[in-house]
Amino acid sequence: MNDTASMTSAAAAGSPVDGFLPTIAIVLSLAVAVWALVAAVRQQPPDRIQFAGLAVVEVALLALTVVALVALGGGDRPGEPGAFFGYLVTLVCLPPLAWVLARMEPTRWGSAIVCAICLVTPVVVVRLQQTWEVVGG
Amino acid sequence: MVETRAPERATNRGPGRLLIAVYILFAIAATSRAGLQIATKFDEAPVAYLLSALAALIYIVAAVGLARAGHAGRRVALACCSVELVGVLAVGVLSIADPELFPDETVWSDFGSGYGYIPLVLPALGLLWLYRTRRAPA
Repeated sequence: MNDTASMTSAAAAGSPVDGFLPTIAIVLSLAVAVWALVAAVRQQPPDRIQFAGLAVVEVALLALTVVALVALGGGDRPGEPGAFFGYLVTLVCLPPLAWVLARMEPTRWGSAIVCAICLVTPVVVVRLQQTWEVVGG
Repeated sequence: MVETRAPERATNRGPGRLLIAVYILFAIAATSRAGLQIATKFDEAPVAYLLSALAALIYIVAAVGLARAGHAGRRVALACCSVELVGVLAVGVLSIADPELFPDETVWSDFGSGYGYIPLVLPALGLLWLYRTRRAPA
């Protein structure tokens, strides 16, 4: 029985929040942050690219959430479930928060808000990964 | 209505909105962390967790105060930023002088080093912003 369980988790290759998808989310988020920073420095309000970037980051994060939920449905469990769900819920709320605040502030400071939130997003992705791995490590 | 006070600049525009965004992020971070710690392992470090909860509450109230932008909002934000600055400095010094006092990390431990020292910078920026907006632009 124990052998089967360890085989299954080995076959699942550990954490569902590792690998390609979170890396893409982190890279995209940082790219949007840099773009927004340039806009803020140049006194530009948030442009279409920033809003499109936020949308793409959100799609990547939602895909990550689906992958995590599927893994949970398959019986995998995060190391710290409470913290994991806390970070997951926070994570998918970040791009919409940036979107709403940037819409309210059509000045350079709107771009600064997008930059700040897109810098926080990768940190939350990494924390999410850490809260899954506690037990497995 | 006769306005005798000199009009103040709104605190919820421009840089103020960025400040509110960061306050919202810290309110979320501190609230969920404190909530989780109190719910799951309160006995381990009650002082640290209650302090986290207090910090969370102050971040929420400060964000609301800045967002409300009226005279009352300014006073609320001023009080919160002041308490925050004193809190982060006091807890920072205490957590280094006597680590036993805070067996688990709080938002304000080591001057907020776990959060990129933003907890230390944030109240200072808040006070600076309140000072900069004390008069309406001529």
